[in-house]
Amino acid sequence: MTVEALTEYGFEPLCVPDPDREITGVYIGDLLSWVMGRAKSGDAWLTIMSNINIVAVASLADTSCIILAEGVTIESDVIKTADAKDINIFSFSGSCYDAAVLLSGLL
Amino acid sequence: MSEELKFHFVVDGDDFTSAGKASVQVKKNLRQLGLSPETIRRVSIAMYEGEINMVIHAGGGVADVTVTEEYIEILLSDKGPGIKDIEQAMQEGFSTASDNIRSLGFGAGMGLPNMKRYTDYMDIKSTVGVGTDITMRVNI
Repeated sequence: MTVEALTEYGFEPLCVPDPDREITGVYIGDLLSWVMGRAKSGDAWLTIMSNINIVAVASLADTSCIILAEGVTIESDVIKTADAKDINIFSFSGSCYDAAVLLSGLL
Repeated sequence: MSEELKFHFVVDGDDFTSAGKASVQVKKNLRQLGLSPETIRRVSIAMYEGEINMVIHAGGGVADVTVTEEYIEILLSDKGPGIKDIEQAMQEGFSTASDNIRSLGFGAGMGLPNMKRYTDYMDIKSTVGVGTDITMRVNI
């Protein structure tokens, strides 16, 4: 499925500069080096980490989007940076587990 | 035979939030050269980990990237405190990062292991109290 389709399933778009990007898997993690070491290109990255460094990590690891679980909020300058770097970010009110279960049925 | 391409970056040690600038720029440059996405991913992640290490531990440093027809080489050089025990530092999970750094999602002890994981060659030369030089190569 494409990143854009997430909006139909309760994922709230915070910035979606690359809506046609295909989601090919899921990775869950908050430790950035683990994400860079283990996430695959195209994965939707589920995390509760919201500082500016997530944008660089998502860009370098080439994930399809960042999904901030647990309704975690994010600073506007992070969104601005993400937009400029073509990084998709969504917010989700449930847990990482809830999001993963939902995505498991969709992918 | 075309000439080697070289990129030089100064990694700012003060600004933790802008760490990754050099790696993101390298990613952009390599993309323009038409290298494969997987090669670009390996180079830029390895470089980002090195960049973060220089910011966390060494107050910054310099990064030099050379692109040849056979490989991409990354040289990272800092004048930080040096690595006391390289073998220990290479173990997954070993970290000397502060709690503050950990709260940002770094300091998981995966930086050096990731650099090794994503490169075909890695060499660390470090002297305590003098600094650290790391050479990494990713074959094209």
